[in-house]
Amino acid sequence: MKIDAQGVYYRDLNDKIRAAVATGADKIELVNVNGQYFIGDGINRPVTITINGVPGNDLGAFMNGATIVVRENGQDNIGNTMNAGKVIVHGHAGDVLGYGMRGGRIHILKDVGYRVGIHMKSYQENKPVLIAGGKAGDFFGEYMAGGVLVLLGMFSDDPAKPKHGFRFGTGMHGGVIYVRGAVDESRLAREVGAFELTAEDEKELKGYLQEFCRDFKLDIKEVLAERFVKILPRSKRPYGNLYCPMPR
Amino acid sequence: MTNKQKPTHSFQKDISNCGLTGFISKSGQQVEGSVIIKSIALMHDRGNGLGGGFAAYGIYPDYRDFFAFHLMYENGMALQLTEEYLEQHFFIEQEEDIPTRRTPAIANPPVFKRYFVKPLQTAQYQEAIEFQKMTDEDVIVSHVMRINNEIEGAFVVSSGKNMGAFKGVGYPEDIADFFRLEEYKGHIWTAHNRFPTNTPGWWGGAHPFTLLDWSIVHNGEISSYGINKRYLEMYGYLCTMLTDTEVVAYMLDLLIRKHGLPPELASLALASPFWDMIDTFPTEERELLTAIRQVYGSALLNGPFAILFASNEGLIGLNDRVKLRPLVCAEKDDFVYMASEEAAIREICANPDRVWAPRGGEPVIAKLDKGVA
Repeated sequence: MKIDAQGVYYRDLNDKIRAAVATGADKIELVNVNGQYFIGDGINRPVTITINGVPGNDLGAFMNGATIVVRENGQDNIGNTMNAGKVIVHGHAGDVLGYGMRGGRIHILKDVGYRVGIHMKSYQENKPVLIAGGKAGDFFGEYMAGGVLVLLGMFSDDPAKPKHGFRFGTGMHGGVIYVRGAVDESRLAREVGAFELTAEDEKELKGYLQEFCRDFKLDIKEVLAERFVKILPRSKRPYGNLYCPMPR
Repeated sequence: MTNKQKPTHSFQKDISNCGLTGFISKSGQQVEGSVIIKSIALMHDRGNGLGGGFAAYGIYPDYRDFFAFHLMYENGMALQLTEEYLEQHFFIEQEEDIPTRRTPAIANPPVFKRYFVKPLQTAQYQEAIEFQKMTDEDVIVSHVMRINNEIEGAFVVSSGKNMGAFKGVGYPEDIADFFRLEEYKGHIWTAHNRFPTNTPGWWGGAHPFTLLDWSIVHNGEISSYGINKRYLEMYGYLCTMLTDTEVVAYMLDLLIRKHGLPPELASLALASPFWDMIDTFPTEERELLTAIRQVYGSALLNGPFAILFASNEGLIGLNDRVKLRPLVCAEKDDFVYMASEEAAIREICANPDRVWAPRGGEPVIAKLDKGVA
């Protein structure tokens, strides 16, 4: 099922997509997309939407089981409060990806912006995973409460740029971050620390990365060729003392 | 002509989610208005119809040596008083209505006229030049401040050479239609789609904000508005537009034109690095940044923002130091694009050579090539 989005207003485009989903289409191809917001939001059925062009902000927000494949770049707020499903971006993406994400997968091949994975959370088996293949801006994993964030630093458009920005893990109080190669400890927020991976971590991480490599046809051996470091919060309530001392 | 008084309440915060877009042809290629309109229109939903505006550079080549005053009049008295004022202080090479086209989307617009002027060699002018060490630009600034402050219902929308601002209440694509922007050609364009949340939109409050050939379009909120405003008033800048963005235009004029800071250093004053970052810099850089923050503490723009500021020298994009608003840039041949969303760039440049998002506090500076314009 092909939909041409050339000059189509985002509301009309999303109506067309939802209509197609309702009639049982499970493969939808969008062409000439440029900037239309909220594509794939709240879709509950396991359809696959392939996007040619740059989709607008809030791609796959509140999504619940669908799969979105972006052939080029993505913008801000991808997977905002996403519940389940997967977003694959074959280029770079913007700021605040996976904001408040509660489940599902986001795989970005190249660079990502500021505040990626901000306030991701998990509950029992609902455990979101966001993997960025390139480099990241500041506040990576800010206020993270759960889920898994992975930064590879491998597939970047800017070789000169450092692998990650400052205030890394600010306010993080749950979940785990894995970074390929080393992290610049001077850029870590006070709320987090760098640790070695356990055997259990290695197994879990390999599983996530195998799926990432399948999506982008990458060689898993090359990705695993470097050691990973684990970033964890130092406490469950990093700002507990902010206003009054935490009870002993 | 309804006689709208000045908006009753004065507010200082313009919490918003506006859309910005702009581009420059560094080699000075003249581009018609339809291109910038297409780009800002794509971000239609970043605004709520309470403000739209454009700045265009290189649009008055025939009057390039004159200050192009764009004047907005809310009533006949404002027009008459202003024109008497202008005749007293300026040699007026040309005076005409700014061409407009009525469209249902734009309700009861004010009157817009433009005047291509140079300061008259009056006694007051001689006094200013000889005894107060003022330049022609200083004289223009003082007149702009006086018109905006003392003549009720009259506002200088822009006052630079070979450039002009076109703005008002409405979506930008409708404002462009109203001002017939497709008829203009320029080598630098910026545009703004306003989303004010706690202010009534009014024609004077739309972006861009200008002074001389400075123009600013701003997405964000300036929490330090009060500090900035009081600091600027010591240097003769009076804030009259009841919108926080105004201080950015005057601050840049002060830092760059009056105090001679290059744009890079002026940007470091507006979006200064945190002290803990400065402590990690090598000695020379640490001393420079410490000096800038000590001297220009009141110039710091606190709060989330992304701004595009243009002048006859070029186009500069800047985020606040923790990048709380989006800003994406791209390059293609001699063109540099800056916008709130990548799609707004791709709408007018399908395959840029490079797309990147600047760090917070890191200005993206695109200057016109030497000898252009």
